[in-house]
Amino acid sequence: MAKVLMKGNEAMALAAIKGGCDAFFGYPITPQNELPEYLSYHMQEHGKIFVQAESEVAAINMVYGAAGAGARVLTSSSSPGIALKQEGISYMAGSELPAVIINVMRGGPGLGSIQPSQADYNQVTRGGGNGDYHLLAYAPESIQEAVDIIKDAFRVADKYRNPVMVAIDGLIGQMMEPVDLDKPIDLDLQSKPWAADGHGAKRGKNNKILSLFLDTKDLETHNLKLKVKYDQMVSEEQRYELVQTDDAELVIVAYGSMARIARSAIAMARQKGYRVGMLRPITLWPYPVQGFEALASNVTHLLTAEMSLGQMHQDVLIANEGQRQTHWFGRTGGVVPSADELFDVIENIILKGGVA
Amino acid sequence: MDQRIIVAGFGGQGVMLLGQVLSYTATALDLHTVWIPSYGPETRGGTANCSVIISDTPIHSPLVEYPNILLALNEPSLRKFENKVTPGGVIITNSSLIKDHVFRDDVTVIEIPANDMALGLENLKTVNMIMLGAFMTQSTFLSEEAIHKTLEKTFSGAKAALLPLNQQALAMGYEHARSHA
Repeated sequence: MAKVLMKGNEAMALAAIKGGCDAFFGYPITPQNELPEYLSYHMQEHGKIFVQAESEVAAINMVYGAAGAGARVLTSSSSPGIALKQEGISYMAGSELPAVIINVMRGGPGLGSIQPSQADYNQVTRGGGNGDYHLLAYAPESIQEAVDIIKDAFRVADKYRNPVMVAIDGLIGQMMEPVDLDKPIDLDLQSKPWAADGHGAKRGKNNKILSLFLDTKDLETHNLKLKVKYDQMVSEEQRYELVQTDDAELVIVAYGSMARIARSAIAMARQKGYRVGMLRPITLWPYPVQGFEALASNVTHLLTAEMSLGQMHQDVLIANEGQRQTHWFGRTGGVVPSADELFDVIENIILKGGVA
Repeated sequence: MDQRIIVAGFGGQGVMLLGQVLSYTATALDLHTVWIPSYGPETRGGTANCSVIISDTPIHSPLVEYPNILLALNEPSLRKFENKVTPGGVIITNSSLIKDHVFRDDVTVIEIPANDMALGLENLKTVNMIMLGAFMTQSTFLSEEAIHKTLEKTFSGAKAALLPLNQQALAMGYEHARSHA
């Protein structure tokens, strides 16, 4: 089908419906409000459930309940709202409940600003909840990529019985781009014999959904079982894109809107004859270390570019293992840098930094 | 070459819709496009603006820092964006609200008395369509036919009665810009 022009937030909402989302629970916050607004109309049309909860904490616990009953569940929010949901997210990881969480990031800390930001990087990849757990976390750079990821995210969440987060900056939520929502996908709807779905008598046993293990040995056993899943994600779910890295001396590491800006800066640099490319993480957790390993020896410099103050740079340093020279550029507070600004940083490194 | 457009004015002048009509039309023509609204406190009572990129190649950065076409529907918007327009670019102003302005000499200026023309149509809300008509004299990628199709979709259902008026406004803006070029 032909592409349609849609706002990021609305396209992501429709993508969730196409991904088999049975229920949405959320609480309003800018800049993601068009997402629940869209679902408030359209979930009903599809015979699905939409609830505007009384708070973020209530919403995430409704997600817990519906996921525990075996439904495909979505919640969405923006940075401070996601912070409020962290307790529930940790409980869901501990209870092995699948769900999709969309985080349309804005400036922080605290109430911050409502402008685009990537300052939730640590919140997304390290989590604000307690315990040994991880979320599979995606960071698309366009509305099309966001839609494709969200359509498939419920399957991935079910596969691992673990929450999946899709983190985008407010810019992608607010802008409109042509998008194809009809690419076929495999919903892969599997039965959920673990779900607390009211059919215990039929099964001969009642399922319990819980994250409480008072015996330390039991909890360690449980956590090691979770670790097997996280290890599998690390080996199988890393996603990244390499852009013009074959001959590059300097490689920008950037995701989301920042990667779009980097593409423009790279085009400017290439016009000047600078050999610049990009490693674009698509998963933030697991971090695409494989992408760094795939870079050839001609890459001597890495430049992290992010709309936060060095949060992703920590992962770049870990992935780099001291092999290449590293540089950092970032803006914060809702400021979106221009391609010119990033180009100046690139040129400065190349002219002063001794890139061959 | 990409058309990088900023549409700016007061909240209520139909600035966002004007930009969206451009992007909807570009989408229908299978072009690459992106529309970005300014959002936040400035949209409540102050100036409102949106940016649109239309291109026949994939769009990298969605941001328009330096437009090659500026549609300024009021004076604060002109002041805010005039110096960002690339040399050789086009500034289309609503001259009903922007008078005696000394423009840069390295851009093409098209002045449309859009408010006065809209009052002539007895509907001030047609200002954006008059400005859209003026834009169409400068459009690289969008055909008149495609714009009309978008308007037919925009003004359908409960709004269908408004279609002829808006089509008329579009035609008047186009004609004025063409004859005063």
